[in-house]
Amino acid sequence: MSPEREVRLRVDWIRCDGYGLCGDLLPDLIGLDEWRYPIMPPGPIDRGQLNEIQRAVDCCPMKALILEPVPADRRG
Amino acid sequence: MVVANGAEGEVASAKDRILMAHRPHLVIDGAILAAEAIGADEIVFYIGEEHEAALTAVKRALIERTGELRPSTRVVAAPIGYVAGEASAAVHYIDSGDARPTTSPPRVSEFGVQGRPTLVQNVESLAYAALIARFGDRWFRTAGRLERRGTALITLTGAVREEGVREIELGTTVGEIAAAAGGSPAGTRAVVLGGYFGTWAGIGDVWDLPLDPDTMRERGLTFGCGIVGLLPSEHCGVSATAQIMAFMAKESAGQCGPCIFGLRAIGDATARVAHGRAGAGDLGDIERWTSQVVGRGACHHPDGAAQLMASAMEVFGDEFIHHARHGRCSISGSRVDVA
Repeated sequence: MSPEREVRLRVDWIRCDGYGLCGDLLPDLIGLDEWRYPIMPPGPIDRGQLNEIQRAVDCCPMKALILEPVPADRRG
Repeated sequence: MVVANGAEGEVASAKDRILMAHRPHLVIDGAILAAEAIGADEIVFYIGEEHEAALTAVKRALIERTGELRPSTRVVAAPIGYVAGEASAAVHYIDSGDARPTTSPPRVSEFGVQGRPTLVQNVESLAYAALIARFGDRWFRTAGRLERRGTALITLTGAVREEGVREIELGTTVGEIAAAAGGSPAGTRAVVLGGYFGTWAGIGDVWDLPLDPDTMRERGLTFGCGIVGLLPSEHCGVSATAQIMAFMAKESAGQCGPCIFGLRAIGDATARVAHGRAGAGDLGDIERWTSQVVGRGACHHPDGAAQLMASAMEVFGDEFIHHARHGRCSISGSRVDVA
């Protein structure tokens, strides 16, 4: 992932089973609804938080949290 | 790969099944044109299994055209279900017999049927493509009253003497269509436009509304699949909305948590309000869940349901409050809803 590229968090909603670990690990970034499904921040994420975010991505038991470059057609 | 989408799972809509049943060759012509345009060598006609006349007509029309030089075709009967017509669900079903949406990306235009780039196009749009190819764009542009040219198929339901599918010039008003079918502003409380994915609007606000996608979008309304559903004046909008939301919750493909739990919660709370059994937090919860569920699914089913719910709260806001506070319906005057 090139350093200048904006990155975003995306949820694969079909995989997500509402464990809510992402919200527990990143409470300032990811909210949880009453069924413990994540409420994602809009737009690209702050690269300063990349380490913690990567940890949350790795911890997702369903591998439903995805860190990815913002697609070209969504930028700007 | 082209998928001609005639699943038409929208319960109030009948335009696609009627088009396919009565003008199957137009749909086939349009599908062939689309296939030529994108270089596809196969066309799948994906038609709702309950639309028997449409299935028979398209199959018969294809047999009539045996020997024609065209891409290979097959007809696939789509299972009954609101979400089965969603593009990725259609591709999923054609490939593996499972009519539930899949996660995007990849989009079906990149990775569709058999992994090939796939155009999933509604059958009405294909039929218009065929007509334009046959008679020319100038001919097509002679119809239409506003900027947007052409005609569209709509399904008129509810408080009229003659329900059914009509072809209208774009820009024809709700009132003209309703009056021609025996409807009146006095006999109508509100209109649901665009289907269960659409929006409610008060009858006074839209009787003179031109049915034109651009005008409607500017006013926060949706042309959608062309449903004009008139709620009779003696019916309660809260109860009607509760019925729609119960349907939308039931029709969730059941894959994504926010849709499964969110729509069920919204539907249950709306039903409590409708039946005069609202809890203190129900109205606030409905509002919160409705804004919360948007964009949180593999497909746009929750977004469509949320849009309808949000418009209901706006159009029937006073009635929602009346139901919640007094446990009564101000239209029927009783504790039991009438719609």
